[in-house]
Amino acid sequence: MLSAKNQRREIPSLLIKGGHLIDPAEKINAPMDVLLREGRVAEIALPNKMRGSAEEKLDARGLIVAPGFIDLHVHLREPGQSYKETIATGTAAAAAGGFTSVCTMPNTAPVVDTDEWVAWLRSPERGAVVNVFPIAAATRSSRGAALTDFAALQRAGAVAVTDDGKPILDDEVMRTALRLGAELNLTVVQHAEDTRLTEGCSMHEGPTSFRLGLHGMSAAAEASVVDRDVNLAQQIRESRLHVAHLSTSEALKAVRRGKRAKARVTCRVTCEITPHHFTLLDEDVGEYNTNFKMNPPLRSATDREAILVALADGTVDAIATDHAPHALHEKQVEFERAAFGITGLETALALAITKLHREHKIPLTRIVELFTAGPASVFDLRSRGSLARGNFADVTVFDPRKRWTFEAAKSRSLSHNTPFDGWQLTGKVVTTIVGGKIAYRAD
Amino acid sequence: MNKAARGSLLGIEQLEDKEILGLLKLARRMNPLKARPLLRNKRIVLLFYEASTRTRSSFEVAAKSLGAVTILVLSSGSSIEKGESLLDTGYTLRAVGADAIVIRHPSAGGPHLIAHHLDIPVINAGDGMHEHPSQALLDAFTILKHKKSFKGLQVAIIGDIFHSRVARSACHLLSRLGAKVILCGPTEMVPEVAATLAPGLRVTRHIEEALRGTDVVMLLRVQKERLAGQKIGLQDYIARYQMSAARLKLAKRDAIVMHPGPIIRGLELTSEVMDGAQSVVIEEVHNGVPVRMAILARALGKAK
Repeated sequence: MLSAKNQRREIPSLLIKGGHLIDPAEKINAPMDVLLREGRVAEIALPNKMRGSAEEKLDARGLIVAPGFIDLHVHLREPGQSYKETIATGTAAAAAGGFTSVCTMPNTAPVVDTDEWVAWLRSPERGAVVNVFPIAAATRSSRGAALTDFAALQRAGAVAVTDDGKPILDDEVMRTALRLGAELNLTVVQHAEDTRLTEGCSMHEGPTSFRLGLHGMSAAAEASVVDRDVNLAQQIRESRLHVAHLSTSEALKAVRRGKRAKARVTCRVTCEITPHHFTLLDEDVGEYNTNFKMNPPLRSATDREAILVALADGTVDAIATDHAPHALHEKQVEFERAAFGITGLETALALAITKLHREHKIPLTRIVELFTAGPASVFDLRSRGSLARGNFADVTVFDPRKRWTFEAAKSRSLSHNTPFDGWQLTGKVVTTIVGGKIAYRAD
Repeated sequence: MNKAARGSLLGIEQLEDKEILGLLKLARRMNPLKARPLLRNKRIVLLFYEASTRTRSSFEVAAKSLGAVTILVLSSGSSIEKGESLLDTGYTLRAVGADAIVIRHPSAGGPHLIAHHLDIPVINAGDGMHEHPSQALLDAFTILKHKKSFKGLQVAIIGDIFHSRVARSACHLLSRLGAKVILCGPTEMVPEVAATLAPGLRVTRHIEEALRGTDVVMLLRVQKERLAGQKIGLQDYIARYQMSAARLKLAKRDAIVMHPGPIIRGLELTSEVMDGAQSVVIEEVHNGVPVRMAILARALGKAK
């Protein structure tokens, strides 16, 4: 058995040459060469000014070199649901999508609510090809009542706590979770949905749900929970609240309130947006296409407009996929009975470039920030999210101009429940490097 | 996911005007007592996941009048009880030799699911709160027996629009053919969003406003169990929205009263209105047969 240090020595040093580096945390947006050695960033230099040498070279001419992307919200389905996805297949899809780190949700079978399960997820036996950062359950079995042992979960490697899939509705439980989180510098992630108002609902409430004869989830069912959570967070010094997959204009208002300078003194409120919420609308479900069914649901044009503004103006901290693989038999059923969720790891960057950059003129630097420095700071992932010297050698190299067609059948994920099958997209990952090792290379 | 087979009838919304008019024209030529055996040796499965009296029996009579063989499959007493999925039930019935499937299902979009995976026509006999196209067509057929045309016709639809597939299909059809439709009921049953369903729809809370000058009064069943959880109580509903002889006087003198059934006498309408001269409720049921004959003939390419 090799020691960790010796293992790193086995990785050949790598020079990424001729690319254009975008590193928002370091405020770099210029042609730069990057030298990786022993799993770390060894040197950043202007073209041809590199002092150190490398055993291997990567030609990045015409490409963007960025810190490795971080996805704050993925469902890799292990333990217990390996027919949908495994850590090995899910992280392979992540690497193909340019993600070098993924944060896994605990709503597995069983729920990840003990330090043993956190350690199990992080074990090399799982065959992960990118970094896996478990998010543990905030309450036992995510039942929303008794809190889990935050300190033990954090020691085992959990980077945050959540009951994702379900919200923590009880005021007192949420207050205590935020207070314990504040003591440990641990973020509480909330799936904001007042489930008392959404029972039996399968899409967004609006003209489309009325037309299709489906019960709709109101925007208020999301916003009221975010509003309550921001109020609670503001009462607790140093609390950290992260709003998962935010989807409505009203909820954004509550997040903005939580981010105001005055509020920031006491608490830290952050949020993430999924690619499908900035790309699609409720009306896109067409004739009950279950690959457009997810929770939170696709929303109205007004909500998407507000989301686009918030992505551009800095209100949003991260783009996260909410990658939620499901087997065919869970989707090829009546719309109301179909499982919520879609896959998303392999299309996130291309959708961001196609929709946010090309269509809505959001600068590439901001988009890279939403995939790197933004998410890294939400969970305080140290030495990641930027390519500062000494940081982990996690790098994503992509071609922002490459046009391609996404084919679900060729996905690396075990499941193919995506609404983007056959979409023509611009922007493609070329190489993904994790800890100095190439984890993915485009054909 | 594939397109539904030719001849399928999943909803009124996707039909073109000329298809609607064509079906109504064809229905006028259908006589269950003197029918030609257009569908001889065709197997039509009636797949019913929900209770039904009118729709089921009239599809069956319609099919048999045209010489078809009908196979009735109910959710209870079939493999559906054992947990077979809707799609697998569809594949099974296709393999048995079904030439068309008439389906009623409690989930909106249920008929679409099998239609998108089978190569035979699928006819929606009511899916959840979504659509009930054959009912809308027979209602249009009935209206045309009493009114010259839909252009400028004023129709009041009163009751629980939100939960009603009949109302959704009727709104699409009436709006398309040029009628003015007023939806009337309390907010819980007629949300403001209902007006976005089709052009020319209007919402009112006041039955007097809905009735004044109207040509057609279309009532919907009010489910007592649904009133239970809502702000408006049973007595309150009756006081504000029940169709009584006195209220009917607000409508045009030659206005007709329609109801898709099943009716609850004393709730959405009084017996005087139900059995009165302006009521065409029984005639609607009667008209269901030729209209469904037309739908089945079209489905199996015998619409000549």
